[in-house]
Amino acid sequence: MADVPDNAPEHCPGTQSEQAGKVSSCEGCPNQKLCASGATKAPDPAIAEIGEKLATVKHKILVLSGKGGVGKSTFSAHLAHALASDSTKEVALLDVDICGPSVPRIMGLEGEQVHQSGSGWSPVYVEDNLSVMSIGFLLSSPDDAVIWRGPKKNGMIKQFLRDVDWGDLDYLIVDTPPGTSDEHLSIVQYLSATNVDGAVIITTPQEVSLQDVRKEIRFCQKVKLPIIGVVENMSGFVCPKCKNTSQIFPPTSGGAEKMCADLDLPLLGKVPLDPRIARSCDEGRSFLNEIPDSPAAQAYQRIVQSIQEYCSNNETAQSTT
Amino acid sequence: EAVGILDVDLCGPSIPRMLSAGRPDVHQCDSGWVPVYTDAQKSLALMSIGFLMEDPDEAVVWRGPKKTALIGQFVSDVAWGELDVLLVDTPPGTSDEHLAVLENLKKHRVDGAVLVTTPQAVSTGDVRREITFCKKTGVRILGIIENMSGFVCPHCSECSNIFSKGGGEDLAKLTGSVFLGSVPLDPQLSTSMEEGKDFMQSFPESATFSAISSICATLLKSLND
Repeated sequence: MADVPDNAPEHCPGTQSEQAGKVSSCEGCPNQKLCASGATKAPDPAIAEIGEKLATVKHKILVLSGKGGVGKSTFSAHLAHALASDSTKEVALLDVDICGPSVPRIMGLEGEQVHQSGSGWSPVYVEDNLSVMSIGFLLSSPDDAVIWRGPKKNGMIKQFLRDVDWGDLDYLIVDTPPGTSDEHLSIVQYLSATNVDGAVIITTPQEVSLQDVRKEIRFCQKVKLPIIGVVENMSGFVCPKCKNTSQIFPPTSGGAEKMCADLDLPLLGKVPLDPRIARSCDEGRSFLNEIPDSPAAQAYQRIVQSIQEYCSNNETAQSTT
Repeated sequence: EAVGILDVDLCGPSIPRMLSAGRPDVHQCDSGWVPVYTDAQKSLALMSIGFLMEDPDEAVVWRGPKKTALIGQFVSDVAWGELDVLLVDTPPGTSDEHLAVLENLKKHRVDGAVLVTTPQAVSTGDVRREITFCKKTGVRILGIIENMSGFVCPHCSECSNIFSKGGGEDLAKLTGSVFLGSVPLDPQLSTSMEEGKDFMQSFPESATFSAISSICATLLKSLND
């Protein structure tokens, strides 16, 4: 049964929820008895279907953060660009930020639409070997708001994984909204019959960001999602005029470096602030191409390399078991 | 003025730290949960899930319906007392938390929403959708604030537009909303927030102080009109 069936009342808790059939909003729903009996909570067949569909995807990487506005989508997009710079690799970027889909703009794909074919939805191609899927492609106007509760968002994520014709991929990168809620649980749940390499966690140096990132790390531990490492974004700013460095977001509690040391996690790298990054993102271009010699681009390339090494070690480990 | 802040960001509650409220216990009284006060005069009352958690690093891994239920309790079961203004801080998005707050505040008057963006198109692109959310749910838009609006180098005074420029004002024009003003990037503001100190008390001479004061003045005027 669908997570939120078409004939469900407004506050349907979702057929997979522990509250299914049991809460006041269930009263009067034709599915109430079925839900309350627990029949709807049998493992979702979509999980196995997704497992089969994504068997041809070698590496899956989730990009997470506890905090909003730290640069997850920027990172996800540029990770995709960097991995796809090797023309022998097939890369895809899946945007599961249902309410705030930034990926189309950052990838220069605003206004693009998704097409259906016999084999499912076609993702939108940026390059021959780089494709993207986002709810942004399903909205007809830049003003459209996706005002959906959890169960409906979960349904969309399931469709993105099961019904998109991804093809054979070397890398599938999943960009997420901030938090530890429906989208995060769903992506982990729906990928549970596949092999996920791990998560890259993005933070800024601030304690208010790290505070939320520690929760994200706990989430990963809870759902047994390996953590590839942490990236500290917005890490210092070099004035283009006088070349002095300012810590605009001061690491009052030691920044990501201290947090990683405390929690025994790899710090993949620190990326400085650079006004050209924001501009490139707004214009839908890769700053790795625009300003390849900048300290930010160089930091990114080192981080991408660490991620590639992690994935290749995973591949070797998989093939020897 | 007695002010309340309700923090409905359940996954990433930042209000307790920013207002130096630590993790005091939340008590019950006859009229419900007692909010946490930041001072003896009780001029600022807070409620956040941050106060209900034993371990501050523990993740709140809840799906929509559970978040909706707690937010309902935060609105209806907290003994706010007499308040001049109740501010509700929300997470990004247009989902469970936002709908829950509005549904529970339906029986009271919601004066409106203040929308915060950075200057970048990537940010205003999402805020446009938030504006639609407000229009669809009948929430008056009190105005738009452009945050992280430029950085003045403390060494040479050069202004750098780190997150681009002008997006907030453009968005206000595009959507027929009031532009309340811009707040610059300021490491002292960031540090004050981290340390739970009152920036407005500590740095009254700063450009950031003037920017924030002017925005507040405009906002209060439109609330009283």
